[in-house]
Amino acid sequence: MNEHPEAEITLRWNEPEASYDVVIVGGGGHGLSTAYHLATRHDITRVLVLDAGYIGGGNSGRNTTVIRANYGIPEAVRFYQHSLERYRRLEEETGRSMMHDRKGLLWMAHSEAGVRRERARAAVNQAFGAETVYLEPDEIATTCPEIDLACGGGFPAVMGASFHQGATARHDRVVWALAEGAMRCGVHVAPHTAVTGLIHEHGRIVGVETPAGRVAAGTVVSAVGGNATLLADMAGVRLPIKTHPLQAFVTNRYQRRFDPIVASGDLGFYVSQTARGQMLLGAEIDRQPSYSRGSTYELLASLSHRAITVLPFMRNLRVLRQWTGSCDMSPDYSPIMGDTGVDGFLVTTGWGTWGFKAIPAGGECMAEHIATGVAPELMAPFSLDRFERDRTLADRGSSGTH
Amino acid sequence: MSMRVPCPHCGLRSIEEWVHGEIPTVPDTIVDPDRRDVDRGYMHTNVHGAVREAWFHLSGCRRWVTLWRDTRTDEWIEPPG
Ligand SMILES: Cc1cc2nc3c(=O)[nH]c(=O)nc-3n(C[C@H](O)[C@H](O)[C@H](O)COP(=O)(O)OP(=O)(O)OC[C@H]3O[C@@H](n4cnc5c(N)ncnc54)[C@H](O)[C@@H]3O)c2cc1C
Repeated sequence: MNEHPEAEITLRWNEPEASYDVVIVGGGGHGLSTAYHLATRHDITRVLVLDAGYIGGGNSGRNTTVIRANYGIPEAVRFYQHSLERYRRLEEETGRSMMHDRKGLLWMAHSEAGVRRERARAAVNQAFGAETVYLEPDEIATTCPEIDLACGGGFPAVMGASFHQGATARHDRVVWALAEGAMRCGVHVAPHTAVTGLIHEHGRIVGVETPAGRVAAGTVVSAVGGNATLLADMAGVRLPIKTHPLQAFVTNRYQRRFDPIVASGDLGFYVSQTARGQMLLGAEIDRQPSYSRGSTYELLASLSHRAITVLPFMRNLRVLRQWTGSCDMSPDYSPIMGDTGVDGFLVTTGWGTWGFKAIPAGGECMAEHIATGVAPELMAPFSLDRFERDRTLADRGSSGTH
Repeated sequence: MSMRVPCPHCGLRSIEEWVHGEIPTVPDTIVDPDRRDVDRGYMHTNVHGAVREAWFHLSGCRRWVTLWRDTRTDEWIEPPG
């Protein structure tokens, strides 16, 4: 493996010009993927991507990078399975390594509710194209011998589900490859340029305001992660989004290769091994809505306990780093993409704790929608107006973590 | 950092003892009754700054308390104004 893969990618940022066909606010995975697909699929290259901070400094550079499609409702299974397949081809397409690593995903259930959830999910997955297989406890033990099936005696695992196509990728490399690919086609990307206002004209959004001046736009796309509400407020759009912190941490190196990503819905935790051999742990969101990116001792202590219950070897590891992102949580745990009711203003949001895996498909769909004016079939159910139509897409059991 | 909630009865207590209760608000600018109903059920003000909230001290005195918090920093603050 290349020890310094960063060296290959060249990123030369731009100064914003006065006017573009499309201005995308937010240089995370979703904003950049939208720009990349506008340029490579629709030949729309008069595009600017702006970010308040550094490129990829939001959730796209803070997540635990699990890529999977074992969701609980048909709309989501189709969408994420497509995204997973696009991820697999993205290295070849961009010519950049993303350290894509297919390691499989093992999901355990410890309770009756957990068993029901996994059974239902396996059935929906198989019906809509994601290969989820049901596992008995002895099969869990063969798949991952490190697991203590009795979980210390208190909360034994009673069954599991395996999603063989589960994978991880290096988040920074995904962001940089998409930025580079878009810029190669003429897209402009400008970091450290916050959007502080939107320009309204006859009920339409026609541009953005930044400390460096105004930029006119045919279409403005909000792809600002946990700040979704702040941008929508500027457009006069109400969103069903709450911003919640989500924390993660890594340990020092575990000497052996640890293969599958291991998750437990009942314990609300998951773990995988990074390319450096470190164990990377994640959980559910913090309970209070907040824009703070402070990490807490409470999460560290409780997540460590949960992890050691399932994987006793982790007792001997040390915590190296802990960090936090700001998640744009939707009420039904499904994303929100497309029109907002205000002309010229589109959103891609509701990516919560689950949107890294969606970067290829999310950007592809948004780009097609911008280019054609019509939401592609894959994305249409995820429209903002589903809430007023009472057509929500409840999938908390699949999206609650990673 | 440790996240603790100030209970007027029990003192500063770990957030794990608490249930968070939000106080939904619908902006006055939304007047149509149907739109107000949709807003009340789904939409959030998602305050960036001072917010008034209800907290239930489940693993403590089992009382609801009303607190103000700055959502940018998670600091507990005095009621504004
Ligand atoms: C700890 C953690 C673990 C996660 N684990 C997983 C996982 O395993 N699998 C998975 O699929 N997903 C995971 N996620 C979720 C995933 O990271 C996000 O859903 C995804 O990265 C969202 O990408 P984005 O482009 O929408 O937002 P972001 O990457 O957050 O990008 C938004 C950008 O907008 C910028 N911005 C904000 N306001 C403005 C403004 N006014 N002007 C200009 N720019 C602005 C920000 O600086 C930021 O760079 C995790 C998230 C976290 C925090």
